[in-house]
Amino acid sequence: MAEYQNLFTQVQAVGPANLGVPLGAGHGPRTGTDLPQVHLFGRIGMPQVGPVYLGSLGVASLIFGIAAFNIIGFNMLAQVNWDIVQFIRQLFWLSLEPPPPEYGLSLPPLNQGGWWLMAGGFLTVSILLWWLRMYTRARALGMGTHVAWAFAAAIWLFLVLGFIRPVLMGSWSEAVPFGIFPHLDWTAAFSIRYGNLFYNPFHALSIAFLYGATLLFAMHGATILAVSRFGGERELEQIADRGTASERAALFWRWTMGFNATTESIHRWAWWFAVLCPLAGGIGILLTGTVVDNWYLWAMKHGVAPPYPPVFPPSVDPATLLQGVK
Amino acid sequence: MRALLNTALAALLAATTLLAGCERPPVDTVQRGYRGTGMELVYNPRTAVIVAESNQAPPVTEAASPDGPKAGQIYKNLQLLGHLSIGEFTRQMAAITAWIAPQEGCNYCHNPENLGDDSKYTKVVARRMIQMTQHINADWKPHVAATGVTCYTCHRGKAVPANVWFAPEPPRANANFIGDKAGQNTPLKVVGLSSLPYDPFGPYLLGAQTIGVGGATALPSDHVASIVHTEQTYGLMMHLSNSLGVNCTYCHNTRNFKEWDGAPPQRTTAWHGIRMTRDLNNQYIVPLTAAFPAARLGPTGDVAKVNCATCHQGVYKPLYGAPMAKDYPALLAPAAPSDGLPPPVAEARRSVLYFGVDTPVLEGEQAKGLDLLVATMATDRQAKARISGYHSAAGNVEHNHELAKQRAFTVRDAMLAAGVPEARVILAKPAQTAANLSGEDPEARRVEVVIEK
Repeated sequence: MAEYQNLFTQVQAVGPANLGVPLGAGHGPRTGTDLPQVHLFGRIGMPQVGPVYLGSLGVASLIFGIAAFNIIGFNMLAQVNWDIVQFIRQLFWLSLEPPPPEYGLSLPPLNQGGWWLMAGGFLTVSILLWWLRMYTRARALGMGTHVAWAFAAAIWLFLVLGFIRPVLMGSWSEAVPFGIFPHLDWTAAFSIRYGNLFYNPFHALSIAFLYGATLLFAMHGATILAVSRFGGERELEQIADRGTASERAALFWRWTMGFNATTESIHRWAWWFAVLCPLAGGIGILLTGTVVDNWYLWAMKHGVAPPYPPVFPPSVDPATLLQGVK
Repeated sequence: MRALLNTALAALLAATTLLAGCERPPVDTVQRGYRGTGMELVYNPRTAVIVAESNQAPPVTEAASPDGPKAGQIYKNLQLLGHLSIGEFTRQMAAITAWIAPQEGCNYCHNPENLGDDSKYTKVVARRMIQMTQHINADWKPHVAATGVTCYTCHRGKAVPANVWFAPEPPRANANFIGDKAGQNTPLKVVGLSSLPYDPFGPYLLGAQTIGVGGATALPSDHVASIVHTEQTYGLMMHLSNSLGVNCTYCHNTRNFKEWDGAPPQRTTAWHGIRMTRDLNNQYIVPLTAAFPAARLGPTGDVAKVNCATCHQGVYKPLYGAPMAKDYPALLAPAAPSDGLPPPVAEARRSVLYFGVDTPVLEGEQAKGLDLLVATMATDRQAKARISGYHSAAGNVEHNHELAKQRAFTVRDAMLAAGVPEARVILAKPAQTAANLSGEDPEARRVEVVIEK
């Protein structure tokens, strides 16, 4: 079997630990130079584990994150009367619910959404701190901050769902519960309440970017693996000094679809598709209920969705038809 | 090779575990809407066979002769069925026994020493249930149509129908600091093992919480429905779907559940069914709570109540629409009282007066329904009375419109006769003069008088 046709990484460079580049002023010298190398990790990535840079941002983020995780977990455990077996059995059903609608944006009692508000707040702080950590670590290495901004796109969707939209709607109860099935039920109920989210064009765009991103990733991954026998996986070199791997890959796509991305541009394609998925999705969620109440009626009104010929005899809401009938 | 085999086995095992809750394919789909809109009914032919077997109507016994002495002349304490002939009465009693207590027999409800004795609670409940059955068949035609129901529709040979509901147990008393489930997130059969709110019945089949949650306009209006409210409605709909063995598209337009346009006509039937169930629970079932022994009550001491599954039992029409009721005419309607009209509504600022079939004449008790309102008119000199006439849906439309008008005139004349000046009486034709969907309904043949400032 040829090496490039394998599921797992075939080449593991095992040697002295790589401690990275010098970081310049303001950064302490590297501590701990005896880093472990794990063969199994090497099968799917780099065999070297660490060094992990936590720093004060990372520590603070973890503290807030663990606090949120525990609030959610202990609420779930209390819901099954502290029974570990039932906790595991019902885990997918359990949830920490946002406050009921009657509380609006006011502070609810702890057990009626107060815990949810606290967990959500802590989780938000934790995620924002983690974002800062991504940003500062990238700068420390002299890298661009593309990863941090891609992460920010996901945070945008998270904030829209749990904070921005509930505030605009004037009710925490509009937010998503912390639970596996419950958050899926929330999604379904959200779509039913607001007249079928499939007629929300930003939802449609978001799906297009989601599937587009996976498609691009599959095309790119497949292309590079397919030309790795010609050195195609040395992508950065191929950007500036196009070798036979790039030539073959590019010709393959021009042959099959007439046009090809370059080794550089494919990464911009993929990055934008991935980032636009939560960006567009967040806009779609933000507009729902705030400026559009029924997406189906909106789509019919603006000719986005076609009317279909009637199949059934016309039916009318009986509540509007009858007077005084039970 | 061996490693590959192990991996494949492990994957197969994992897939089997994950899919254990699913039904195996293939399923049948039936298109019933416009192509491409997903208006399809999905059936599992293997499940359908099992459901079909357990939903067959029992054989009908031979009709009894209406001749001979009346049951009421022979038996004591016959409050509902005394108008039947003794033959008809005996046949009906035997049928009820076979439907409800085939093992225990007559003595399940009756004291064998004295058949008229009401000391057994089962007899008190059974009498009320006969009234309920008559009420369903007579007044809930928009839901049960001419098919109607009998005791068997729910009971199926069991003293307590297989599908009833109780209010869920309240949360633990000590769960006031942490661990509130907000009434959901518990895998229970009533909501199809989902994490939806697990009491979909209380708010809708006992209370009258609004079911429709979707917005009626494209842009926001004053319509408010929270996500929690939506999930409650969703839970109720899961129950309907399970009870009828159908998917959403049996009643709903797939494109927008809220939209009536493009929805199958079954949705209207279901709409009436939900209101019927609510009516039955409130008028017939809950008032019987005190009659039942504690062992028959739920965890919170409430009575076993009805929902869609009580009759439907997994089928789109109970017993596949077998027209059982027509063979048991005693269950079709209550024995007619002297004039068959409900008592008039007599309030200080509102009266509702009922009329006989095809007549604009105000008879007997009905005329007295104006007394309080006329008294208000006399004391409040600014008040004006607005009169609207209605008719039932049976008969010719033109004729009925005229009838509704004549009824309004009758009431106007009665008010003038009682000394109300003509200038303070307004005749207002309602937008829809028919006040029921089909057939005769005493409550539809009416005139409403409302005092407005």
